[in-house]
Amino acid sequence: MRSPTMRHETLWFWTLVTPALAGFLILTAGPMLASLYLSFTKYDAVSPPQFIGLRNYLFLFQFEPTFWISLKVTLLYALMYVPLNLCSALLAALLLDLRVRAIGFYRTVYFLPAILPATASAIIWIWIFNPKYGILNRMLAAAGIEGPAWLNSTTWALPALVIMAAWSFGGTMLIFLAGLQGIPRALYESAEIDGAGAFRRFTGLAGPGVVGGPARATLFYVLNLYDTAFTYFHMGLASAMAWFLFFLILVLTLLNFSLKHLWVFQDKA
Amino acid sequence: MKQHFRSVVAHACLSSGALLMLIPLAWMILTSLKTFTEVYREPPVWLPQKPMWSNYVEALTSFDFALYLRNSLVVVILAITGTFLSSAMAAYAFARLRAKGKEAFFILLLSTMMLPAQVTVIPVFRMYVSFGWINTLYPMFVPAWLGVNVFAIFLLRQFFASIPQDYVDSARIDGASEWAIIFRVFVALSKPAILTVIVFTFMGSWNDLWTPLLFVHDQQLYTLPLALFCFLSKTIGVRGVQWELMMAASAIVIIPLIVVFFFSQRYFVEGITMTGLKA
Repeated sequence: MRSPTMRHETLWFWTLVTPALAGFLILTAGPMLASLYLSFTKYDAVSPPQFIGLRNYLFLFQFEPTFWISLKVTLLYALMYVPLNLCSALLAALLLDLRVRAIGFYRTVYFLPAILPATASAIIWIWIFNPKYGILNRMLAAAGIEGPAWLNSTTWALPALVIMAAWSFGGTMLIFLAGLQGIPRALYESAEIDGAGAFRRFTGLAGPGVVGGPARATLFYVLNLYDTAFTYFHMGLASAMAWFLFFLILVLTLLNFSLKHLWVFQDKA
Repeated sequence: MKQHFRSVVAHACLSSGALLMLIPLAWMILTSLKTFTEVYREPPVWLPQKPMWSNYVEALTSFDFALYLRNSLVVVILAITGTFLSSAMAAYAFARLRAKGKEAFFILLLSTMMLPAQVTVIPVFRMYVSFGWINTLYPMFVPAWLGVNVFAIFLLRQFFASIPQDYVDSARIDGASEWAIIFRVFVALSKPAILTVIVFTFMGSWNDLWTPLLFVHDQQLYTLPLALFCFLSKTIGVRGVQWELMMAASAIVIIPLIVVFFFSQRYFVEGITMTGLKA
């Protein structure tokens, strides 16, 4: 009696996961292996890939200055953005957890920037940061501060991008708010699992891509990678860059998981 | 008295935060209503002398809004349908059915959430070239039908797992098929989760810039974010960028989003705690 049901279930299981399985094989696993192979080749998208062993990786580490510059820019950005994002999101979540009137309105407003398309918010911020005609330096001037050239300045372009990104802390805020309000486990776990994707999402960076800025001061790793692949057609080299990025994300995520008990300790008590 | 004081302080903090959130949007709207000369006034002014609503008309005409909106809607609707169907099916399978290899496959799927898109983009690009999908809308919605939104699968699985077995048993006794159980029982009982998936898919797809930027070159197929991105370089007139038009175009793209968000926010920001089925 038991085995036909089990067989029935197994059959249905594989039928129902067929789209997801196909997606996993065709859009993820296959391309992953292909790009791992490409990272060991010289490939310009026209002639067939040529196996060159570890040369791409060695070239990146030893001879490619933009590789290190873009890595440094990205790390610097992360060092500024992550604490700012966490602090503002936590502060906002604590405020929004208060039981006062019109709290629904405030929640909508605080979350609003997080839903805007990167293109639109980039356009808005370019004009806010404009040193002559923008409103930010106008407000600073009113406070007696002479504002910098922001996106045109090698020093201030990166902080400007951090401010722009920090404006949309809504996603992080929602996770904190869910925790504060004891939202059902199913959702909270989902938020945590989503945290596993945080490091990867961090590489999305559409905003800086649209805004731009002084080349070397805002040369993000991912933008450098896209340029290498789709402007210069060094597809093998770009694949090596992508795999190095994946390696970094893997290390960071594992580190995060293993250090987690340090800050969720009280939760269990 | 003390209660009253606390509420005043809370409102003061909340509204100054809200002001910070809204200033950039206010700057967008105000700039969109200025004349070109007002935009380039030094020092800048907040308010236009007379609101130039005609900027919106000009943005709508110099920018083929109807066409880009159509493309965006096609992509968004197909992406939402695909994500909904593929993730509901997979979520039910993972939550309720027994099969060998289930756990291993689930962990594999979840671990792909760590994978940066850059790792797969070059082979995927080659594959789309060989399918003849460059300059089509396919790259923007076909992946959704193949369950690439692992987060959606996970979220629905968690909800589906909390639905009492009695519902399934009585549906079976009534002779319901697996399809009916998925869509009439599980989906119907997980409305907030389904809505969350739909809204997040809508936003991801409506805002996506990289996919069309990589795979679409024909202007006829631009979606709104890409069109806006290219509009930025087109509004550079003889005298400089026409920011009033840029801002009007941005506002036009943003407003549908705000409307969708406004009507759905209580479900995923507020109302999630009030769903009936949670243990």
